Amino acid sequence: MSMVKFTIDGKEVVATESATILQAAKSAGIKIPTLCYHERLNPIGSCGLCIVEIDGNADAVSACSTPVMEGMIVNSHSDRLFRLRQESLKLLLVSHPLDCPICDKAGECQLQDLVFEYGIKDVECRAPRKSNNVLYATSLIKYWPQRCIACLRCVTACKEIKGIGALEMQSDPDGFNLLAVNPDVCVSCGECLQVCPTGALTENVSRIKGRAFQVKKVPTTCSYCGCGCQINLNILNNQVVSVTGRDDLGVNQGSLCVKGRFGYEFIASDQRLTKPLIKKDGIFKEASWDEALDLVAKTFTQIKNENGPDAIGGFTSARCTNEDNYLFQKFMRAVIGTNNVDHCARL
Amino acid sequence: MTNPLQDVLKSKVILIIGTNTTSNHPIIANYIYEAVQKHGAKLIVIDPRKIPLVGISHLWLRHKLGTDVALINGLMHVIIRENLQAQTYIDERTTGFEDLKACVAKYTPEYVSGITGVPAQDIVEVARLFATEGPGSILYAMGITQHISGTDNVKSLGALSMLCGYVGVNGGGVNPLRGQNNVQGACDMGGLPNVFTGYQAVTDSVAHDKFAKAWNVDNLSAKVGMTVTEMVPAAGKLIKALYIMGENPILSDADGHHVEKCLSALDFMVVQDIFLTETAKLADVVLPSTCFAEKDGTFSNTERKVLRVRKALDPPGEAWDDSRVISAIAERMGYPMNYADASAVMTEINALTPSYAGILYSRIENTGLVWPCPAPDHPGTPVLHTKAFTKGKGSFFAIEYRAPAELSDAEYPSLLTTGRVHQHYHTGTMTRKGSALNSLYPEPLAEINAEDAKILNISDGSYVHIISRRGRLKVKTSVSEMTDRGVVFMPFHFFEAAVNRLTNGALDPVSKIPEFKVCAVRIEKAA
Repeated sequence: MSMVKFTIDGKEVVATESATILQAAKSAGIKIPTLCYHERLNPIGSCGLCIVEIDGNADAVSACSTPVMEGMIVNSHSDRLFRLRQESLKLLLVSHPLDCPICDKAGECQLQDLVFEYGIKDVECRAPRKSNNVLYATSLIKYWPQRCIACLRCVTACKEIKGIGALEMQSDPDGFNLLAVNPDVCVSCGECLQVCPTGALTENVSRIKGRAFQVKKVPTTCSYCGCGCQINLNILNNQVVSVTGRDDLGVNQGSLCVKGRFGYEFIASDQRLTKPLIKKDGIFKEASWDEALDLVAKTFTQIKNENGPDAIGGFTSARCTNEDNYLFQKFMRAVIGTNNVDHCARL
Repeated sequence: MTNPLQDVLKSKVILIIGTNTTSNHPIIANYIYEAVQKHGAKLIVIDPRKIPLVGISHLWLRHKLGTDVALINGLMHVIIRENLQAQTYIDERTTGFEDLKACVAKYTPEYVSGITGVPAQDIVEVARLFATEGPGSILYAMGITQHISGTDNVKSLGALSMLCGYVGVNGGGVNPLRGQNNVQGACDMGGLPNVFTGYQAVTDSVAHDKFAKAWNVDNLSAKVGMTVTEMVPAAGKLIKALYIMGENPILSDADGHHVEKCLSALDFMVVQDIFLTETAKLADVVLPSTCFAEKDGTFSNTERKVLRVRKALDPPGEAWDDSRVISAIAERMGYPMNYADASAVMTEINALTPSYAGILYSRIENTGLVWPCPAPDHPGTPVLHTKAFTKGKGSFFAIEYRAPAELSDAEYPSLLTTGRVHQHYHTGTMTRKGSALNSLYPEPLAEINAEDAKILNISDGSYVHIISRRGRLKVKTSVSEMTDRGVVFMPFHFFEAAVNRLTNGALDPVSKIPEFKVCAVRIEKAA
C-alpha cells in the first residue's frame, strides 16, 4: 500500500493512501471531535463536528470522509472551527431537550460531553413534541424520539454490521426526526443501542437503572455461545443493570447478540438455588453445606470401596471455567480414581 | 477453529455447512456479512434449511439431511477431475491423496445428485468457486458433527480444505464453531475420558507419570474412561453414582425418556447447578453453585483464545463457587485441594499443560492469548498448521458415504432435525428465566414446510403431534420455506415440548455423538 505525507496541526504525518484525515489524525495521536462517526461504519457525515481546514480551501471539510493527499496541510483546531462546531452543536440542541437529569445516558453521553466541552449554555429549544410513546423495533429497547439527533449511527449499524436494515430515518409531519422501524426483521441484538451516542435509545429490560457514574463496570466474557464476546457487566447494588459490548481483544468489536446483551435476568432469578438440598423420601429438604458435603463424600467413598472407582462417573461442564473444569477432572482422576469424566461437547 | 473468528474478513470465498450462524454465533455471522458486503467475498451455504445467510449467498446447496459426505466427495471429485487442486501443497504437506482420488472417483456430480438431491450443475459450480477463488474458509457446527457419520463429515471437510491448500493460511482453515462458551476449555482441561489437560493421553505412560507425580497419587487409572453417552446407558449397571456439574442431560441428550430411566436407576446422583434443572430434580443431593458473573476464572472461546471471567456479583444465598465445592468434597475424601484463587489453579495448569504453559493471568489481563502458547514469552498461535501440520503431514482419508441411522418409511414418513433459535440457549435453563428473551420467543415452535402443511391441512400456528419411535409431543407449528419438503425442525430449549424425547440415540462410532440431526417422525394434526 503506498503512503502519503501530509501535515496536520504543524506535525508531519505519514499515512496510507486510502486513509481519511480523521483516521490519519487518530493514528498520529490528534483528537478531532466526532459524533456520528463510528469506526466500524462507513462515514455518515451527518453531524458536522469533525470539520477541519485545509490550506488552499476556503471551506472547512469533514475529516471523516476526506482522504489525505500528498503535501496536504490540515488544521484541526482554530477559533473558526471552534465556532463552527459550536454552531453545529447548537443546531442539534434545537431539537434535543436538555433533559440530562432524567436521562439514562447522562455521564456517558457524547452529546453531553461535547456540549460541555464547547461551552454551550443557551440554546433556543424548539417546543418538544407531545408524545414520547413511540413504538420501537424491539420491546427490549426504549426509544426517546425527542432525544434523537438524527446522526444515523443506529440506521447504519443495523444495515452495515447486522445486514438487517430494520431502521430508517424519516421526518414526522411536524418536521421532527422519527425512526421508521420494522419489528418483523429486527433481531433485538441491540447494535443500535450500543452505537447510539445519546440517550435516544435506552435499555428497557432492567427495572433498576444505573448511570455511568453510579455503576461498577466489570469487564468479563459472555457465557452463552463459544464466540467469547467481551462484555462489561454494569453493576449497581449487587445487580446487573445492563450489559454492554467491549471492542477490545479482537473478538466482537462491541457487538453482542440478543442473549449476550439482554439475557442476564437469570442471574438475579428468584429460582436460583441458594442452599444445598438433600432428598429424603422423594422430597428435597434444605441442608447445611456440612451435611450435604459429608453425605456426598461418604457415599462416594462407600461406592468406590464397594464397587471400585469406575463405578462412579462425572459430568464436568462446558458452562464452567477452565479452572473449575481442571479441578473437576483432577477430582475424578486423583480422588475418585477413574477416567469416567466427560461433558456435553457432544450435545 | 484453525483460524481466528475475524479471519473470514480475509477470505475470498467462505463455505458454511451445518451452521445456522446467524442464530447460534451471531457475531461470526456479522463478520461473514461484512466479508461479503464490504470485501466482496463469495459465500457458499450448504444447509438443508433456508437459513438467513442464504439471503446473501452466492450459491446455496440444499442437500438431504445426513448426506454431507457424499456431497463433499462430489465437490472433491469435480476439483480433481478438473485439476483444480493445490498440487504443490498436496505433494509437500499431505499424504493419502491417491487414496482420496480413488475413493471420490465414483462420486460424480450425477451420482451425488441422486443421493443429496442437489442439482449436479450446482455441485460443479460450488467446487469450481471454492477451489479457484481462495483463500477459502470452511465454517461448520453441530449440523456436521451430530450425525453417526460426524467424524467422517469433519475429516471430509478437512480433506476439502487441504485439497485446495487452504489449511494454515490466513483467510482459510477448517473452523468448527463451538456452541457453548467453554466447550473448548472443558476439552482443553481434560474434561474428556481419554485425555488429561492439553490432550495428553491417559494411556501415555509419560503423561500418566507426570500427573501422578504432580498430583501425588499412585493409583491414577491408565484405562480410558466412559463418555457421557456411554455412562448414561450404564447407569444402575456399571455406573452406580454420578456427579453432574452444570449439565442437564435430561433435556440435552438424545432419547430423553431413556436418559431419565437410566439416571433413575443410579444408587446416588449429585447435581451441582445454579437452578433446579430437570436433571437436578432426579438427584439425591443438589449443590447450589455460582454463575459466570459471580466467579473469577477463564473461558477458552471457539478460536482457542483464553479470556478472563471476572467476579462482578456476590452469589445468592449460600451458593458456592464450583471450585470450592469440588475442593471441599475432595478434602472430606482425604485429598486436600487448596488454592488461594483461580489464578493459582491456572498456575498448576500452566505447569502440567504444554499448550497452556505461557497463558499466565498477568498476560491475559488486557489481551487474549491463543493456545498453543508454550512459554511465558510466546505470542500465542492464532492460525494453526501454518508451516507444517502439528502432527507432521496432513492425511487424506478415503471416506465412503453412509446413510443416517434412521430414515423415513411408510410409518414415519418425515425427518426431524433439531437446533437452536437465536433468542434461546441450549436447555433454556438460563434464557427462559427472564422476561426479555421469553417475550421474543415464548413457546416452542416446529418449523414445517409450507407444501407439507397443505397436505396435512395445517396452517401457521396450529398444533401438531410429532411422533418418533421413542416418543411423542404436541407443538405449535411455524409454516414456512425454512425446511425442505418432508423435513421438520424443532429447537431443543423447551421442556414442555422436549424434542430430545424423539431424537435417535445412535452414536458416531468414534466421537460418540448422537445423531440429533436426523430421525424419522410422523406428523399428525392435533385436535
